[in-house]
Amino acid sequence: MSAEHTERDVILSVRHVDITFSTGRKKKLTAVKDANFDIYRGETFALVGESGSGKTTLGRAIMRINPCSAGEILFEGKRISGKISREEDRNVIRNIQMIFQDPAASLNERATIEYCVSEGLYNFHLYQDEKDRIAKVDKALQDVGLLPEHKSRYPHEFSGGQRQRVGIARAMIMNPKFIVADEPISALDVSIRAQVLNLMNKLKAERDLTYLFIAHDLSVVRFIADRIAVIHLGEIVEIAESETLFKYPVHPYTVSLLSTVPMPDPVVERTRKHIVYDPSVLDQSGAPRSMRELRPGHFILATDAELEGYEKRIEALEAIRAKKDSQEELK
Amino acid sequence: MDVTRKVILSAKDVEVKFRVRGNYLTAIRGVSLDLYEGETFAIVGESGSGKSVFTKTFTGMLETNGTISGGSVMFHDKDLTKLKKDKDWEGIRGAKISTIFQDPMTSLNPIRTIGSQITEVIEKHQGISKAEAKQQAIDMMERVGIPNAADRFNEYPFQYSGGMRQRIVIAIALSCHPEILICDEPTTALDVTIQAQIITLIRDLQKELKFTTLYITHDLGVVANVADRVGVMYGGQIVEYGTVEEIFFDPRHPYTWALLSSLPQLGVKGEDLYYITGTPPSLYNKIQGDAFAPRNEHALKIDFEEEPPFFKVTDTHYAKTWLMDPRAPKLEKPEVIRDLHEKIRKMTDEGGAFHVG
Repeated sequence: MSAEHTERDVILSVRHVDITFSTGRKKKLTAVKDANFDIYRGETFALVGESGSGKTTLGRAIMRINPCSAGEILFEGKRISGKISREEDRNVIRNIQMIFQDPAASLNERATIEYCVSEGLYNFHLYQDEKDRIAKVDKALQDVGLLPEHKSRYPHEFSGGQRQRVGIARAMIMNPKFIVADEPISALDVSIRAQVLNLMNKLKAERDLTYLFIAHDLSVVRFIADRIAVIHLGEIVEIAESETLFKYPVHPYTVSLLSTVPMPDPVVERTRKHIVYDPSVLDQSGAPRSMRELRPGHFILATDAELEGYEKRIEALEAIRAKKDSQEELK
Repeated sequence: MDVTRKVILSAKDVEVKFRVRGNYLTAIRGVSLDLYEGETFAIVGESGSGKSVFTKTFTGMLETNGTISGGSVMFHDKDLTKLKKDKDWEGIRGAKISTIFQDPMTSLNPIRTIGSQITEVIEKHQGISKAEAKQQAIDMMERVGIPNAADRFNEYPFQYSGGMRQRIVIAIALSCHPEILICDEPTTALDVTIQAQIITLIRDLQKELKFTTLYITHDLGVVANVADRVGVMYGGQIVEYGTVEEIFFDPRHPYTWALLSSLPQLGVKGEDLYYITGTPPSLYNKIQGDAFAPRNEHALKIDFEEEPPFFKVTDTHYAKTWLMDPRAPKLEKPEVIRDLHEKIRKMTDEGGAFHVG
């Protein structure tokens, strides 16, 4: 699996990024600490954590909204963090687009849908004439399942799901390569969530997009993500392929997060135990932590001592799994 | 279910209308519900289905343009729909029936200390001295899991995290030992980890203080966790109700099927998730037949003509759909939600979280 990984085309690299905010004189808050990962072209990479874990901050750093205080971010091999030329900056804005959590707050309520969707086109003069622009807007609206006649309306005339579609259309019209989707379905109703997730999957397949999907809801992430990174208090604690993470969660924080995902089954729910994360089980010696590759493609933040424990844990999980599988076969 | 259980609150054919720009909108179209003492009843539905509006009739908190235009809500031999003035509500709202709202930031006053907001309720309803009220408030804060309660008594809401704020809201709601606690999306604004804590807290307090809980939520995962009985609401009506097992494992109404089928937890990677087409019905016009019919792929001709009655499935399980009529064609529930338990069990079994410990 690792050979396959190295051969895969990396679209975005986050290299040892720290993001700090100053909170008053000489005080600093480290929102993201030593984030280090690659995102491959065409995949959906999910960043999962609770609020305040720094997941949105990291997404915003990729969008060049928050500056990195250490490390760098590479997009298609070129550095996009820190000072870059104006031309490169515009290139980033075109190719990396964002979908926001709250579709009501992220659209200009005084502008028509036509303006909301074509704003990017205006800024980059991505149209030959008015006719061409309108054709592009119509196409973008149709792609997300809205009608061209909707474009003279205002955001408040739409339902939550439709507004989120406008938010997606506005990002897609720029023909981006990379989308940062920050909790795109958290503010939506259950029945509409499914529609928006389907739409995102469809657009991804059609346009060869790459998603960074930021979420706190693991049940959604399992369905949409290829790989998942779990972030806790600014540190990425575990990265693995989505099925691996669900089958073999190793870091105690991941385990506790998985145990809190509500399941739509009263019998299962009744017998489940919520595991509360207790950081005191970690190595308290102060030894340095770094990302270690526990299994090919499965990374974990650990000290040397912790790594031994994690190794035992994953072996135990694999043994249980193998036993279960053989039992299934016998049946 | 135990038939001898005492009904604590009984709503009959409640109808609520709102006046909006000269038009009348019927938000609740004849809902009946018996709440048994000590149980946890959950109402699920999409936004706009009327789940919040319905429960607001229990506390007289409808917006000013709304009126209860029919039916009754009996609570301790009193018809709550007859209470008009705030004075009439004294001794009931906040004292016997309390509500926890969705957003803990907006339900607390940002410029008053946490302590004063709890003691206010206690002083008002119990008429005891300031010092006693303070002691009770600190006890309550400890009970809902606020560490160093005495020290944090004089802090302001912004000094509390979201989960802690919701704990305070719970403390306020429970400070008068209500008989019924209405939880209106209590965890929607919170993180999953905090959500689990708050749900457990409410359950533990319920065991200890023996109140009846009415949950309003759109999250079926939460419902599965907390509820004894479930009512599914659509277009201003309860369309199906039963015990939590009956609703999850033997749902009968096509809307319940659709709701369960669209859960992302049941999604298969690479395939589209099931979703409900169309939009909820407009409540301005009179609804002909079954409100869900236009979005229902299994709709029969009669669904568009006549409103279905409740059909009995078991003593505790009723569904308001013509599909239950003996003359209707036999329909199986959709593939995705068949063997739900088996699927979910397998899924959680795969979650390595369950093997260790």
